[in-house]
Amino acid sequence: MPAEIEYTTLSGISGPLIFVEGVKGVGYGDIVEIRSGSSELRIGQTIEVDEYRAVVQVFEGTSGLSVKGQRVTFTGRPLEIPVDRDMLGRVFDGLGRPIDGAPQVISEGTMNVNGLPINPWSREYPRDFIQTGISAIDGMNTLIRGQKLPIFSGSGMPHNLIAAQIARQARILTAQEEFTVIFAAMGVKYDVARFFIDSLEESGVLTHSAIFLSLADAPSIERLITPRVALTLAEHLAFEEGMHVLVILTDMTNYCEALRELSSSRGEIPSRKGYPGYLYSDLASIYERAGRLKGHKGSITQMPILTMPSDDISHPVPDLTGYITEGQIVLERELFNKGIYPPIAGLPSLSRLMKDGIGEGRTRRDHAPVAAQLFASYAKVKRIRALASIVGEEELSELDRIYLDFGSAFEEQFLRQGHEENRSIEQTLEIGWRMLSVLPKDELYRIAREDIQRYYIPQGRGA
Amino acid sequence: MDGMMTGKVIAVNGPIVRAVGMNGIKMFDIAEVGIDRLIGEIIRLVGDVAVIQVYEDNTGLKPGDEVLSYGRPLSVLLGPGLIANIYDGIQRPLVGISEACGSYIRKGIKLSPLDRGKKWEFRPLVKEGSDVGQGAILGEIPESMLVMHRVLLPPHISGRLTRIAPPGGYTIEDEIYTLETASGTYRGKLAGYWPVRSARPCRVKKKPFIPLVTGQRVIDTFFPIARGGTAAIPGGFGTGKTMTQHALAKWCNADIIVYIGCGERGNEMTDVLTDFPKLVDERNGRPLIERTVMIANTSNMPVPAREVSIYTGVTIAEYYRDMGYSVAVMADSTSRWAEALRELSSRLGDMPAEEGFPPYLATRLAEFYERAGFVETLSGKDGDITIIGAVSPPGGDFSEPVTQHTSRFVRCFWALDKVLADARHYPAISWIDSYTEYLHDIEDWWKILDSQWLPVRNEVMGILLEDHRLQQVVKLVGSDALPPSQQFVLFVAETIRNAFLQQNSFDPIDKFCSPEKQLKLLKTILDLYRKGAVLLQAGFSVKDISALDVVSEMVRLKSEIPNQEARRIDEYGIRLGQRLDSLKEAKG
Ligand SMILES: Nc1ncnc2c1ncn2[C@@H]1O[C@H](COP(=O)(O)OP(=O)(O)OP(=O)(O)O)[C@@H](O)[C@H]1O
Ligand SMILES: [Mg+2]
Repeated sequence: MPAEIEYTTLSGISGPLIFVEGVKGVGYGDIVEIRSGSSELRIGQTIEVDEYRAVVQVFEGTSGLSVKGQRVTFTGRPLEIPVDRDMLGRVFDGLGRPIDGAPQVISEGTMNVNGLPINPWSREYPRDFIQTGISAIDGMNTLIRGQKLPIFSGSGMPHNLIAAQIARQARILTAQEEFTVIFAAMGVKYDVARFFIDSLEESGVLTHSAIFLSLADAPSIERLITPRVALTLAEHLAFEEGMHVLVILTDMTNYCEALRELSSSRGEIPSRKGYPGYLYSDLASIYERAGRLKGHKGSITQMPILTMPSDDISHPVPDLTGYITEGQIVLERELFNKGIYPPIAGLPSLSRLMKDGIGEGRTRRDHAPVAAQLFASYAKVKRIRALASIVGEEELSELDRIYLDFGSAFEEQFLRQGHEENRSIEQTLEIGWRMLSVLPKDELYRIAREDIQRYYIPQGRGA
Repeated sequence: MDGMMTGKVIAVNGPIVRAVGMNGIKMFDIAEVGIDRLIGEIIRLVGDVAVIQVYEDNTGLKPGDEVLSYGRPLSVLLGPGLIANIYDGIQRPLVGISEACGSYIRKGIKLSPLDRGKKWEFRPLVKEGSDVGQGAILGEIPESMLVMHRVLLPPHISGRLTRIAPPGGYTIEDEIYTLETASGTYRGKLAGYWPVRSARPCRVKKKPFIPLVTGQRVIDTFFPIARGGTAAIPGGFGTGKTMTQHALAKWCNADIIVYIGCGERGNEMTDVLTDFPKLVDERNGRPLIERTVMIANTSNMPVPAREVSIYTGVTIAEYYRDMGYSVAVMADSTSRWAEALRELSSRLGDMPAEEGFPPYLATRLAEFYERAGFVETLSGKDGDITIIGAVSPPGGDFSEPVTQHTSRFVRCFWALDKVLADARHYPAISWIDSYTEYLHDIEDWWKILDSQWLPVRNEVMGILLEDHRLQQVVKLVGSDALPPSQQFVLFVAETIRNAFLQQNSFDPIDKFCSPEKQLKLLKTILDLYRKGAVLLQAGFSVKDISALDVVSEMVRLKSEIPNQEARRIDEYGIRLGQRLDSLKEAKG
């Protein structure tokens, strides 16, 4: 390994990038330290090297840097952070440095923030049901320990409230283990971070949590590191210390914008909406760091939050996220405007790991068919509402009108619940059956006859 | 070692590395790069600069680092032991990697794809002294309880067999036979290399005529695929591409499944790995894993290996085809492969065509699907490869380049519909936007079951199309405004949707529907339609018919009557007929 080499002249600065010429022996992906003046230290990383030149992205941004008078050191190492159990209860900046006034973390080892790909052979398929106490999630879009399940939101909608409620209420039915929460904020305002910290504090889990903040006023490029730092600690806690870790990443849209900024300053050919063509792979390198491993007790459950620009689910950020994560909880403007909390959209929300985590011996035998029937019947409600808005409700058939009753009951009683309301899965299924019993039995074609026999409430019509 | 070339790295840009000093290197040769000796492939030669695409994480690689090459092309090792194995994109065994370095994949690991120490029970099938042609079957090995591995003479080699090993246990390192060829003596083993980017030869491609039976009603009945055919499954996220491919990999009647997870989720491969050893093939009672080979380059594994993973998979498929087997290849997702191509080409500075994709995207797609086919193998047997590729269009918009180009090269298109998926109507294969060109190719096969198969299928399809047309009207005026005969079409179409098209992969009975059961269900529905139409003529209302218990029972047949008891559907049909007749009598 060559010793650290220092350079004093930059050949150029562009956006978050600096160019250093005449370098020798610099590795691709190496960490670079940039000192301007006497004190200020910035961290960067090489993203392209050849025989004469290195291109370096500077995580703190380049504002205030000039081509002369810098001291640039190529460390020959990748970006590593210390990881230790003692990091719980602490607050760090977006690059993993403490900002709570308490001393540096002393750790036994450091880990590369980029992690390594998990061998699919070594994964354990996640199947433990997590009860969040929220009916729309537990009943229809179940969260599983080790799942990556994002919240797709829009500006002004209560995604933070929902995420905080989940962090407070999440329980495994079979065990009394609590989640360790890691919260990473990328480009959000201080009050959002404050809200989470307070909420964790109130529920008494703050001492079990680690907070990483790269707030709106931090240089945008720092955000590219923040989720990786958070997940590196999560991997240590889950797979070395055996903890169950819930990682909340907010807001992934800000993360993607930082990546777009970097890509454009590199002059890369953009793909959709100016985002780089490798956005999918880049996001996957974050989201795939969730799961369980064979022979390890812990787990990483990820709940990334993102705001869909103009509520558009086909925007590249939600779109590519949905292609990687194991489902999505989508918040709907229309429900939100009706004042329904949580405004979890009935149709586009999905949990892909639900199928293996519910049913007999896990939740209840009728869970899957009840969920499927609620989805199917609610889809019909949406169709009938569209029709009613054209022909008027009077023109609807009797059955169609029963469906409309079902639709509003579903929204008002099943979806709607309090911020502090913590429903058991039995309560959720029980409400589900009350809703389905508004419909005639013959309409419940997704449910086996014996379950209808057992759970259908005959006087339920119009209840 | 002779033929070894060494050069040095001059530039690193992500996984694209430039090196000089490699005199005599050829396109698509393998190179080992840097102190970790990372595997790469020469993808371009410009003057004396070799452009290398590196298949492993290359952070830390520096200009000046050494590059080695033996001048051999990127190849897969073909031989017994592929079955039930899981490989990464360049055929490194993931089980071995986990034994060597734990839960995470570290770079620079070199492991043999096949166990070199394992003894296989070999039985010769050809006598010493006989003349054998290329691709001849020389012997066999029980590779798994389901797969009899046929030991093939490699393509382009023929001559007189002067020695063949007697029955017994041999490793893939042992010399098994000796051949006198025109160009000298050839010594063969149980395994050999084949370059992934060249298709293995066959005698002729033939017209496919046997359906790949999938047990999925919407596919087998409405949009069937023939063995040796090609199909695409395009759909936005969460619409059911992976589930459909899993269902096909589980239940289709191919002999061998090659499942390629290309840039998708790690847990989905784990799902296959945990499920398939437990699921049993009903035809022979053996676990499905015993006919399955898996290739996994998940989305967090190096991007360039994604590009090569589909070639690795299809080359393995060709190897089993050449033994005379029917092979089904699932590639999930070809869009991730195309995106890998895009990323690499953009790092190379190529001029992009549509949406940043390189101009050669269409050619590459065509080449890939061309490796499917129903063939006569070099040894004169029938063998086939069916390729089923998932396509993940951005925003679910089918007008994007990968979906568009793919649709030109496949003959079967299973379009997934977001609205159906949202309503949890699975499989969400649209009966309006999907198509197949194999209907007539495979008609004769169905005719053996029932000469009326195609007309029945077409009549039911006609009802669905009529329903689709009427729904446009209903959207504007409501269904009550339609005449009874049209309302009845809506009712029957809904019955077709719920009682036939919708199929639950998690239901123990419904997950696989035999062709016999499909046909019986279809005919029962058609009976309802025909008899009902007569009743309407006689003045009955749609409600009179739909309110009958026996009619609402129809949606339950698929999940209450197992394949072996399909005859019970006939009994139901008789009851249905009687009930409809008695309706008429009661009034008359
Ligand atoms: N045939 C089916 N039966 C039951 N459920 C299904 C079926 N097909 C899809 N689903 C449901 O839809 C979910 C998503 O399906 P799948 O994972 O196949 O989507 P996909 O199209 O592969 O999405 P992506 O592009 O994001 O990978 C599944 O987890 C399952 O819940
Ligand atoms: Mg998929």
